[in-house]
Amino acid sequence: MEHSFWYLHMPIAGVEIFWPGLVLIGFSVGTIGGFFGMGGAWMVTPGLNILGFPMAFAIGTDIAHIAGKSMISTMRHSKFGNVDYKLGFVMLFGTMFGIEIGAQMIMWLERLGKVGPIVRWVYVGFLAMISFMVFYDYYKADQAKKAGRISGDKGAEGITWYKALHKINIPPMVHFKTAGFTCSAWLPIGVSFITGILAGFLGIGGGLLRMPALVYLIGCPTHIAVGTDLFEVMISGLYGAFTYTLKGRIELVAVFVMLTGAAIGAQIGTVATKYAKGYGIRIAFGCAVVACMVSIILKQYGIDVMAAVVILGAISALCVYIVSIMFKGAAAELRDKKERERAAAAFQN
Amino acid sequence: MRALFRRILAFCSVISVLVPAAVWAAGEKAAMLVVVADTRRVTSDIGKYFADLYNTNMWLFAVWAVVLTAGYGVFLGFSMDIIMSRTGLDLKSRKIIEH
Repeated sequence: MEHSFWYLHMPIAGVEIFWPGLVLIGFSVGTIGGFFGMGGAWMVTPGLNILGFPMAFAIGTDIAHIAGKSMISTMRHSKFGNVDYKLGFVMLFGTMFGIEIGAQMIMWLERLGKVGPIVRWVYVGFLAMISFMVFYDYYKADQAKKAGRISGDKGAEGITWYKALHKINIPPMVHFKTAGFTCSAWLPIGVSFITGILAGFLGIGGGLLRMPALVYLIGCPTHIAVGTDLFEVMISGLYGAFTYTLKGRIELVAVFVMLTGAAIGAQIGTVATKYAKGYGIRIAFGCAVVACMVSIILKQYGIDVMAAVVILGAISALCVYIVSIMFKGAAAELRDKKERERAAAAFQN
Repeated sequence: MRALFRRILAFCSVISVLVPAAVWAAGEKAAMLVVVADTRRVTSDIGKYFADLYNTNMWLFAVWAVVLTAGYGVFLGFSMDIIMSRTGLDLKSRKIIEH
């Protein structure tokens, strides 16, 4: 094969890019994002950078791709009944205001000339907190299960902060039918406002913070947290795509190539949630957060190659894990279906 | 109280449309750099149109970028839906098991 067959010219960024690499990145992030309910900018941006995109183009291209990919995943999650649109819309307001304040804080720090290290260490601090929360929650739920303490239809639970927060009785009280709870509208608005501030401050989409917040603070079942968060990522991603394009930092050809891979990955990641237990998703999410945290620490100390290795290693391992869940689950479902059909046919005869 | 909530929602909607420009203004300062798409190496007519648009009318290019990304996302979503429905898997229901 000719060398040029494998390389695609990107007219705006002015670089030649190995296109199967783009498809692979799209596929991986589609799989992981569909399973965890996050955009995955922390995975795509370094990947694009490694393939040869200048950093500014990597960020803009990444955001546009995330918007399209989240759209595909949201459509699939919606069919499973995993998206609470009412909750998503209510949270959107808090997110927008929060991002604004977070961004203003960044501008203030920028004027002081301290933006880089402060942001990175705040990011690391939050990631450490989230990963600790996820693993501690699992440990507590496991202990509760062993002790036979199973409450309601959620089964054994670890951290149940949302129960205390649901007692806040400030009107209007809103019932979220898909998520299956009633709470003060100010709870999701407040939580999304805080996660929005952090997202704006850290310069990220926010899925990494919003997904655990939906589970631990708002009380969403894990599957619905994943679907609803993807809906939020889709809206903010489309907006981000528009503004980054206005800045001229987007490579549309790359977005489309990545989306093609992401379409397949998103189906696998989303359908895999059907066969995974809520806590299985949470634990894998915790591992992803740890990988993200380690890579940022390595970057902070200038060990960029190792940081990329950690990110790419985590992406590969998570992809293999999710794909195996999907195929094992699908095979078992088809086997059961065939057996049921055979039994029904035998009964009729 | 409901009326108040509705008013707050309406206010938030307006603000969420007006405010975001400031949000993204806080992004990186790479916009100082002028990037020009190299149309000399683009062979297809469509590619040339978009490369020219990038160089001449960034606003229209941004609108196209969002519309095409969303449109392609929806197209892929529906296409994959057709393919997935042929696998025989139940794609409309799932049990939520947390632990």
